[in-house]
Amino acid sequence: MDFAFTDEQLMIAETARGFFVDNATSQRTRKAMASDGFDRETWQAFCQGLGLSGLLIAEKFGGSNLGMVEFANIAEAAGTQVAAVPLLGQTMVGQAISAGGTSEQKSQWLPKLAGGEIVATAGASADLKANGNKLSGKISLIPHGNVAELFILSNGGNAWIVERSANSLSVETPTTMDQTRPLATLVLDGVHGEPLGDSDAAIQAGKTAGWICLAAEALGGAQACLDRTVAYSKERVQFGRAIGSFQAYKHRAADMMIEIEQARSAVYWAACAVDEGSDNAHLALHAAKAFCADTFFKCAGDMIQLHGGIGFTWEHDAHLFFKRARSIQTMLLDGNWHRETIATMLLGEAA
Amino acid sequence: MKLGFSKAEEEFRAECAQWLNGQMMGEFSDIKGISTLTEKAERRKEWEQQLAAHKWSCIGWPVEWGGRGASLAEQVIFAEEYARAGVPGRVNHIGIELAGPTILTFGTDEQKRRFLPDIAAGKTIFCQGFSEPNAGSDLASVRTRARLESGNWIVNGQKIWTSLAHISDWIFVIARSEEGTKGPRGLTFLMMPIDQPGIEIRGIKQINGDAEFNETFFTDATCAKDSLIGAPGEGWKIAMGLLAFERGVSTLGQQMGFRNELDEIIAAAKANGSANDPLIRQRIAKAEIGLNLMRYGALRMLSNSDHSKVDGAALTYKIQWATWRRNLGELAMDVLGQSGEVTDNPGYEWGTLPNLFLYSRADTIYGGTNQIQRNLIAERALGMPREPRGDT
Repeated sequence: MDFAFTDEQLMIAETARGFFVDNATSQRTRKAMASDGFDRETWQAFCQGLGLSGLLIAEKFGGSNLGMVEFANIAEAAGTQVAAVPLLGQTMVGQAISAGGTSEQKSQWLPKLAGGEIVATAGASADLKANGNKLSGKISLIPHGNVAELFILSNGGNAWIVERSANSLSVETPTTMDQTRPLATLVLDGVHGEPLGDSDAAIQAGKTAGWICLAAEALGGAQACLDRTVAYSKERVQFGRAIGSFQAYKHRAADMMIEIEQARSAVYWAACAVDEGSDNAHLALHAAKAFCADTFFKCAGDMIQLHGGIGFTWEHDAHLFFKRARSIQTMLLDGNWHRETIATMLLGEAA
Repeated sequence: MKLGFSKAEEEFRAECAQWLNGQMMGEFSDIKGISTLTEKAERRKEWEQQLAAHKWSCIGWPVEWGGRGASLAEQVIFAEEYARAGVPGRVNHIGIELAGPTILTFGTDEQKRRFLPDIAAGKTIFCQGFSEPNAGSDLASVRTRARLESGNWIVNGQKIWTSLAHISDWIFVIARSEEGTKGPRGLTFLMMPIDQPGIEIRGIKQINGDAEFNETFFTDATCAKDSLIGAPGEGWKIAMGLLAFERGVSTLGQQMGFRNELDEIIAAAKANGSANDPLIRQRIAKAEIGLNLMRYGALRMLSNSDHSKVDGAALTYKIQWATWRRNLGELAMDVLGQSGEVTDNPGYEWGTLPNLFLYSRADTIYGGTNQIQRNLIAERALGMPREPRGDT
């Protein structure tokens, strides 16, 4: 038992932090927001320059075969900058194919995912109908579905690999409140889907990766909200004092930190429990997703309030965090659902 | 980063569990499950001695002072098994968690020899005299005085909220030893035996009917010259060092006590049907999440040997657990419903859950109120500007 990062993990975290601060700048993110929500420059540098897109993928498929703790370090760093990159979908698909793909599917897709040659994402809807391997229906709210070339689509029970180039597939992109991660709708009318070898394993692995990714992003985002707010509170003077010297202000900042430190424990507990195949990994995942999303939302809301009027402007980055936080709250099931799942573990189903 | 325990550590866990369960089913079955700090105090002093006789009292301490030099993982395991076996809290917790580590860190070799083995052996029960009627949150404004007179320190003044003073053998206090000083300067950390004519103790009845806290009056009380920790005038530094020990391994044992309380709430909710209420279900899940995050937070603090990386985070722990437990008390009553407000017990004695509800109102006050904790977090961890003082 040693719940501290190894030197290697600290190095990865530091590298990732530096990378996203240097690359996913406000300027670049806003440029992406004004178009399709995809900061290609940062993503390419991440996949090819830094070589971190295949972090969780096995070495024989071109990845680094590292674990969820290391992945969480990366996602946390991406969240700190609200980077407009398809990390969530890419990781869910990589994990789904690694866990549930046939050997052909693995050799075909994993090297491309690891190298960042294609952008992938995942979506699910009970409305998806399968006639053999022909899929029909509408799946909405797919993160970065507007730019993805490869999809894993699921109806809850089964999962298929679908290529963007397939016939009878169209993609609609509604305006998304969080412009750093647009949510797209796929319309399928008899589209060819390739069934995964083991759908259950694929779905489970995809969800696990997604929950860790969102929880870690939320942690990074919440910490950034606090750091930026504290820095502002030391500069801004009212009533002849830095506003950070007022208790009403300080106590709110302290409350942010109290939640953030718990969120940090949640993310790395969950990541480590998944890596170790621990009995309480499910509890940890639901706890981390629910808690971190709430923490981020609270911190982002407080960031706006504690900045006053400037925090409400388009020019200030506070709204990027606020909108990302709201998006994380509902993505891959909301906090009430995750807590009810935990309640069922403790109390059984409600009568 | 690793959360699992090794095979040797799991064997150690089995050894702890076997011994503790054996005691709770055998010789000490009469104290099993006691949840207040005051009940059956004499038997619990015997329990302290039993722990010591089998080297289970202070396993993290060096072997030469009565410990086992146990690893962090072993201390974690022992704390968990201790609570899991339903063993009541340590009546000498102030001795083993605060006085002992303070002497170990700041004491002379002679003081270590004189005090540590007896603390570990449960022969010297300690209590803490910090707060005063006019020095609560503003601890540095203590008025209790100490003056040197023919080789001894003579102490006059009053302390309050002295937990367990009525069953203790020794007390440590901070007192003003330099006339005319204010605030943290001019304070001295003294230890003195309680059984002396100059010390009088009066119990304070609390909202739950219990009297764990006391007022302690000093009227020309004597502290031998060699019972000072540190030099005269260094009291504030020692006191602040001591407060840092409260974030130690003991927090994990405390959490296992919380686990038992939450389990009792879950059982009550299942029994009376409130487990079907969606809002109660959400709150129970939140409590479960919060309890786990305390555990992993504590493990994170303890695992980082480079404390500078987690010192700020450690400051968030007290308000976190206190608030969690106060919420737990409210949840307990909401699960019990109106029937939680009556008891068939004679006198004003409450079962675990109603008592939790009442007692937990103290959690967010003692050891630094939630508001003081927020000041500490903001000023020390976040580096925000200090609140200007009113008296300077």
